[in-house]
Amino acid sequence: MKILEMNHIHKSFGDLEVIKDISLSVAEGEILSIIGPSGSGKSTILRCATMLETINGGEILYMGEKAAYTDNNGNVIYAKGDKAKKINSNFGLVFQNFNLFPHYSVMKNITDAPIHVQKRDKTEVFNQARELLEKMGLLDKADYYPCQLSGGQQQRVSIARALCMNPKILFFDEPTSALDPELTLEILKVIRDLAKEHMTMVIVTHEMNFAKEVSNRIIFMEKGVIVEETTPDKMFNSDNERTKAFLGKYHNMG
Amino acid sequence: MSFSTMLMQLSSGMVKTTGIFFWTIILSLPLGLFVSFGRMSKNPALKNIVKVYISVMRGTPLMLQLMMVYYFPYLLFGMNIRTFRFPAIIIGFTINYAAYFAEIFRSGIESMPVGQYEAAKLLGYSKSQTFMKIILPQVIKRILPSITNEVITLVKDTSLAFSLSYMEMFTVAKQIVAKDATFTPFIVAAIFYYVFNFIVASVMEHFEKKLSYYR
Repeated sequence: MKILEMNHIHKSFGDLEVIKDISLSVAEGEILSIIGPSGSGKSTILRCATMLETINGGEILYMGEKAAYTDNNGNVIYAKGDKAKKINSNFGLVFQNFNLFPHYSVMKNITDAPIHVQKRDKTEVFNQARELLEKMGLLDKADYYPCQLSGGQQQRVSIARALCMNPKILFFDEPTSALDPELTLEILKVIRDLAKEHMTMVIVTHEMNFAKEVSNRIIFMEKGVIVEETTPDKMFNSDNERTKAFLGKYHNMG
Repeated sequence: MSFSTMLMQLSSGMVKTTGIFFWTIILSLPLGLFVSFGRMSKNPALKNIVKVYISVMRGTPLMLQLMMVYYFPYLLFGMNIRTFRFPAIIIGFTINYAAYFAEIFRSGIESMPVGQYEAAKLLGYSKSQTFMKIILPQVIKRILPSITNEVITLVKDTSLAFSLSYMEMFTVAKQIVAKDATFTPFIVAAIFYYVFNFIVASVMEHFEKKLSYYR
């Protein structure tokens, strides 16, 4: 079962075309990493998938349902109203800079949307939130405010917040880019644990070794196109000159 | 006039001063929020109308605005304005302060990081939920010091109601000074204003402290 399908996506900012006819799909339980140099469009494709940016062409499907498509006149039509709500409940996003709500406690950050948006039972939501916090090693921080937490702790809260919505697929937009190496390890461990539970994930990252280890499939993007899409092993032994050059730089660094 | 009589008269003036103050706060804060929406509207016509309104309110004296509001119904429609004095004062103060509050709200709303809207959108909050639950509480924390400034200015500006001969404290003080040829009422009035503002500042500081649990 394909959870996400993106077909022939185009996206421009003014005259600058940042996504040029990209197609990708993610099956249930699959972990896809997207790597590539800065400005390659990898974050933009994630923002298109999560409806934070509107596409200029192509179609986006979640669970086979059209979230956006291009009609015969070339206009992009987005799902609206209840249908959009239903489609949007399929996915969650973990931001690079967390974007926790600073005026809410850790617990309220996690539980407010499930209770007031999804209208779920309070007790059930609180139980799930406590379970998630325990998994993140943050149960003792439930009543803290984001400003009292380290960056790594904040990012774990934001992962818990996304998970408490019970998404079918979770997107990560460079989840460790704002963190130091030690805190990065904290987050990578959490994602690794989610991978063991077969959570469907799309991860935009600069952590090459992590992408190699955790993914089923890697996409290498540059200048708005997919240069190569393959398994981690093949990617890191690629014959493609551009892939080799990009990954080689990381090897030299390490 | 005995000191106690004077004190009595100034106190009854103070009650009216307080009335102007609270009515203006209660009406101009919400109005200011809506005006700020208009100021930030994507509709260019609405946005420009609001810009002109704010510009006029800030660019002309409040005393003049009070007189305009008071005399307009008579000048335009020949209406009897004898009972219109107090409503005119409240309308005048409200539309003037709403303009200032609107700009303060705008500065607060526009300073909110876009990530807060994006996080709220991803969690499925509606637009009104996002504003009421996520954005507005944080905006209030950010703008509270500027609001305090305006509120303190308002306490002192209530004295401008003397221009419509409304018997608030300053008008009363002026009358006693003129009649009894003594400066004492002004000194008492100054103390009243100061104490009022001291209380206002303390209350606002309390709100600020209450909101200091997060950054």
